[in-house]
Amino acid sequence: MSAPAAAAPAPPTSHLRIEDVVKRFAPGGAAAVDGVSLDIEAGEFFALLGPSGCGKTTLLRLLAGFETPDQGRILIDGADMEGVPPYRRPVNMMFQSYALFPHMTAAENVAFGLRQDRLPRAEIAARVAAMLDLVKLGHLARRKPHQLSGGERQRVALARALAQEPKLVLLDEPLAALDRKLREETRFELVRIQRRVGITFLMVTHDQEEAMSMATRIAVMSAGRIVQLGTPQQIYEAPASRFVADFIGGVNLFAGRVVGAERGLLRVDCAEAGAQLLVEHAALAPGSDVAVAVRPEKITLTPEPEARNRLEGRVLGAAYRGEASTYEVELAGGKLLRVTLTNTQRTIRPLAAGQAVTLAFEPAAAVVLPP
Amino acid sequence: MSAAFRRRAVLALPYLWLVLLFLVPFLISLKISFADSVIGIPPYTPLVETGAGGWRLHLGFDSYRRLVSDDLYAVAYLNAIKFAGVSTLFCLLLGYPLAYGIVRAPRRYRNLLLLLVILPFWTSFLIRVYAWIGLLNENGVINNALLALGLIDRPLTLLNNAFAIYVGIVYSYLPFMVLPLYAQLEKLDPALLEAAADLGCRPWQAFLRVTLPLSLPGIAAGGLLVFIPAVGEFVIPDLLGGPDTLMIGKVLWDEFFANHDWPMASAVAVAMLVLLLVPMGVMRRLLQGESA
Repeated sequence: MSAPAAAAPAPPTSHLRIEDVVKRFAPGGAAAVDGVSLDIEAGEFFALLGPSGCGKTTLLRLLAGFETPDQGRILIDGADMEGVPPYRRPVNMMFQSYALFPHMTAAENVAFGLRQDRLPRAEIAARVAAMLDLVKLGHLARRKPHQLSGGERQRVALARALAQEPKLVLLDEPLAALDRKLREETRFELVRIQRRVGITFLMVTHDQEEAMSMATRIAVMSAGRIVQLGTPQQIYEAPASRFVADFIGGVNLFAGRVVGAERGLLRVDCAEAGAQLLVEHAALAPGSDVAVAVRPEKITLTPEPEARNRLEGRVLGAAYRGEASTYEVELAGGKLLRVTLTNTQRTIRPLAAGQAVTLAFEPAAAVVLPP
Repeated sequence: MSAAFRRRAVLALPYLWLVLLFLVPFLISLKISFADSVIGIPPYTPLVETGAGGWRLHLGFDSYRRLVSDDLYAVAYLNAIKFAGVSTLFCLLLGYPLAYGIVRAPRRYRNLLLLLVILPFWTSFLIRVYAWIGLLNENGVINNALLALGLIDRPLTLLNNAFAIYVGIVYSYLPFMVLPLYAQLEKLDPALLEAAADLGCRPWQAFLRVTLPLSLPGIAAGGLLVFIPAVGEFVIPDLLGGPDTLMIGKVLWDEFFANHDWPMASAVAVAMLVLLLVPMGVMRRLLQGESA
């Protein structure tokens, strides 16, 4: 804790810096976290997004100090966390199970860390009241966890994680235990609270919608590595790989081979689409194998006769989702396509199963990915 | 209809058990305690005398009068409570780390370790207590070992005193403390300890603020399971105790088998039961306060 952190003339460090962190649970085994580097700025609402087993929760536990990295460094405001036990880190965690102390009231749970810090009684009381007000639970301060609903417990857990005014709050699947309606309401609530307290939030989630709607930046993880880092828009509009494209929202993927390039457009021959597709992309050598990714909502129905990227198919089925419907369309070659149409489009042209349709998408709507 | 009946029948089973094997014998003891001791079979006067003039209730309070007036009983009760209480405390001090250790042991060893805790039950209780005589004797294993090591010059008096009773009770009843504690600690969510650490607790602080309060029900259950039978213990004070370690169980035994005074023995038993209700009530109050 003493010499190495202070001695290194720190380059302009970010709020949280993760440097090439590796964690293996069995010596010589597969790495749960495999060389992750990340810089997070103060006040960010950052999401680690990935499927279960991708290492995102392990990374969170490394930050909290429950696990020690085999390699690499974690710095918070320039201070190396190596050898710093969880109870001395300026970090608080909101556990997926909330881990509320069952023998204490909501207020006592929130006060737990403040008592540990030996703050004066009056200050503890004031801070607890302020935290419970922040999460709108002032009236339930004297309830024990088993007397609270799931949503109320979640908010007690958040208040407890914020009470000590940490530099960083770690949220492990903060909404996973809530039912769907409450989950959507709570998203906005969490963002509102984060803005208000200004503390950096680092959230782990497997739910792309959650990450997209809440986070300022997202790191998509797979097999212990960060596969893409960016704002929600960047990740959605310009996925860097098939994995990201597929994991973030639905996507239609066509395997193809580059034929040529013309005026900023790439011509790709896709046997699956039964056509040559034009996609906005820098030139690639003819003959390269690529994948063309198109989001379901970027495909239009019965286009202008001269539209590019026309596809012929037959409607197989529809999933009504209120504001929009998703159709499954079978192309002539047997390839299945997902097409999302908003409510207005649907009312104008209702689609029945078995109906033949012509689809199209703009060259700018598609993304070229490595195969 | 029949489902409701079946459910009620299932609920009635434990009550039936308690009534037949606990309440009825207790009422018989209670009845005998109000009789007078006579020579005959049975060796006490009947509660209801039937004669020429119809029937007459015969209530004798002699036994209870003696129970109160003779210091012997009060001393024996207090001794029993002292021995049982101190032994319970030692069982807790030994049993808690044991149970905690088993909970923290790798999963594949846990059942084996639990088996080792109950293994002594496979030998007769009487034999196990008797074996302590061989260990604690003036020329027993412990004294011989200490003499051989040169740690003592003369054999220590380890037997027929309070020390021997404590050893006997703690040894015999330790599993009754360990098992409920294990069950309680095993339920403890490890995330709670991580949360405590995250909020600034060193491991020992997390123990005091989280683990210990959450294991109170286990401590109470283990405490009662040790304390209550230990109060009425007869075999251990009889085999390992001395003249100054009279416990109420021994008194009861003597009244019954040596003096053939059934009413007195019954009065002692009834008084013991009433006295034991006090700590149980206290525990119940404590546990309710905890869960409320």
